[in-house]
Amino acid sequence: MDDTRRKFLKKAGYASLGISCALPLLDAKLLAMSEETGTHEAAAKKQLAMVIDIKKCQNKQLVDAAANACHTVHNVPTITDAKGNINKEEEVKWIWTEKFANTFPEQVHARLERSILDEDVVVLCNHCSRPPCVRVCPTQATWKRDTDGIVMMDMHRCIGCRYCMAACPYGARSFNWNEPRKFLEKGRGIVGEYPTRTKGVVEKCTFCADRLSDGLEPACVEAANKVPGGKDALVFGDLSDPNSKVNLILNKKHTICRKVGLGTGPNIYYII
Amino acid sequence: MLEHAFKGSKNYWLLLGFWGIIIAMGAGAYAVQLRDGLTITGMSRDVSWGFYISQFTFMVGVAASAVMVVLPYYLHDHKAFAKTVILGEFVAVPAVLTCMLFIFVDMGQPARVLNVILHPTLHSVMFWDMSVLMGYLVLNLLIGTITLDCERKGKHYPHWLKFFIYLSIPWAVSIHTVTAFLYAGLEGRPFWMTAILAPRFLASAFATGPSLLIILAVIVRKISKFDPGEKAIRTLATIVTYSMLINLFFFLVEAFTSIYSDMPHHLHAFEYMFVGLHENGVTYDVLVPWMRAGMVFSFITGFLMLFPGIRWNLKVVPYVCVFIICGTWIEKGLGLVITGFIPSTLGHITEYVPTAPELMVTFGIYAIGAFVLTVLYKIIIGVRERRAGYGADAQ
Ligand code: SF4
Repeated sequence: MDDTRRKFLKKAGYASLGISCALPLLDAKLLAMSEETGTHEAAAKKQLAMVIDIKKCQNKQLVDAAANACHTVHNVPTITDAKGNINKEEEVKWIWTEKFANTFPEQVHARLERSILDEDVVVLCNHCSRPPCVRVCPTQATWKRDTDGIVMMDMHRCIGCRYCMAACPYGARSFNWNEPRKFLEKGRGIVGEYPTRTKGVVEKCTFCADRLSDGLEPACVEAANKVPGGKDALVFGDLSDPNSKVNLILNKKHTICRKVGLGTGPNIYYII
Repeated sequence: MLEHAFKGSKNYWLLLGFWGIIIAMGAGAYAVQLRDGLTITGMSRDVSWGFYISQFTFMVGVAASAVMVVLPYYLHDHKAFAKTVILGEFVAVPAVLTCMLFIFVDMGQPARVLNVILHPTLHSVMFWDMSVLMGYLVLNLLIGTITLDCERKGKHYPHWLKFFIYLSIPWAVSIHTVTAFLYAGLEGRPFWMTAILAPRFLASAFATGPSLLIILAVIVRKISKFDPGEKAIRTLATIVTYSMLINLFFFLVEAFTSIYSDMPHHLHAFEYMFVGLHENGVTYDVLVPWMRAGMVFSFITGFLMLFPGIRWNLKVVPYVCVFIICGTWIEKGLGLVITGFIPSTLGHITEYVPTAPELMVTFGIYAIGAFVLTVLYKIIIGVRERRAGYGADAQ
């Protein structure tokens, strides 16, 4: 065996030794990760969540009230085209409805009852436990808040690269393709204190972080509860508190989440 | 050395002027975009990345392919590449430049671009992509200018440069790998989330870049007295052939997994590209003619390059190379990014077609690349011709 080959083999041996030493560390990390994804997460950390009753939300009036309340308090513009129709391609929305089949593609099978397929399901940001949007953001303009698990958005830091839109598996994010204030002025006008955005940034539901700090419920929950028959159509609460309303429902009812197979850990639960 | 960029024939200035006009038009379109926002593009809520990011992806490949001349020359001492290496490095420089510009014009808030550096985020692939691209630009500028300057003075390049030359080899691989990881790490996009994406990117890049080099080398040969050498061009043709075949193989591997497994999410993307999707009686198929043409280009050129009579015929091979570039451009600069968004994560089908201003900005950026390339190549030709004793500038 010539010298260089021997040297090479020796080096290769050390390298593999190094790798095998590192493996237990990797193992530990993987184990930790797989535990995280366990069905019953450690309840220690506060995580805000919402339970949505799909049947109760078939009431169009209720859904409109919830979406309107949200979009009004957050100054979300209604983007229209030259003729005044909704511009679907550039729409900005925080909470809206999608057909059951589009919301829960894995739940759809050929024999599913037609009326269920056509159901309108309320959708919004899932405030995922392992949010891909946060993982990809190059500026930490979107991040998961430690204190309550809300996936926050800093519209002043966002550079508008839209990587988060590519990463979110739920279509929860909207980009301001146009100047939003222009459309607010054309529409309902600028309401209240919530800062309006500039063009070129991404936005989404923040679980009403601003209202929560004032001791209020999210605007959509409050509005839905006021509609006749809307009691508990949307329920909001803390998963780490065993006595919270969301936990009481989750312990009793059959609920599902969107695209659980992806491992993002959504925190919006649906009563089917 | 730089003086060569400022003296030149009428044709040289005409060419620069031509690029300049396109750049000015692109700048005009970009000014409109700055004023009105990205609404002037064809992108939408559903297809939130379009032509800009596609071109970025394609050009990273062109940039990375400089390694295909650097590696044989510096690691394997392939003498035939002695004069070609610099051509490759000086393609990489404008290529990376265009990449960065494509990212820049895609941003909604370009004034905040420094936030990426002010808030470095190690878990974001985009942060890494930006870092490796910057590094690659610096490496190629450094290596290219120093080696050329030493050549002009008739010296050997300094020894310490070897380190950076060797470094540039894995670095080139890294820029395209990291670019693939931008896409391949997204659990919500099944079309992109495939381990073959990075290898596929590299293979198609190593077919595209050397093809471009062949074309450029043949042009340089025609218009100046500097000859990169027939042997070098032949080696490049061999590299193109292997890369093209590997690229096609990777494509088939990907297509097999998606089509044979018959899983709807994987199938839809291929259906959209090659036959079109149908929903509620509407057909969505704007990409279909392009993708089919791209496939025809790629498979036919891949086949043609198998024949030495074509591959090594300097009269024919540049034309084959044009079609190779067209094929890989359609695959990566058109189909790859857009198809990832169709259907959307909510199962909607929104098609994407670039708008006129969007295309103008794109052409403007390509023209900036071409401008820089022209100047750099002019410098190379100037230095080489003087060394060879021709004195005055051609071109
Ligand atoms: S739903 Fe989308 S936007 Fe909301 S946290 Fe999850 S990945 Fe992010």
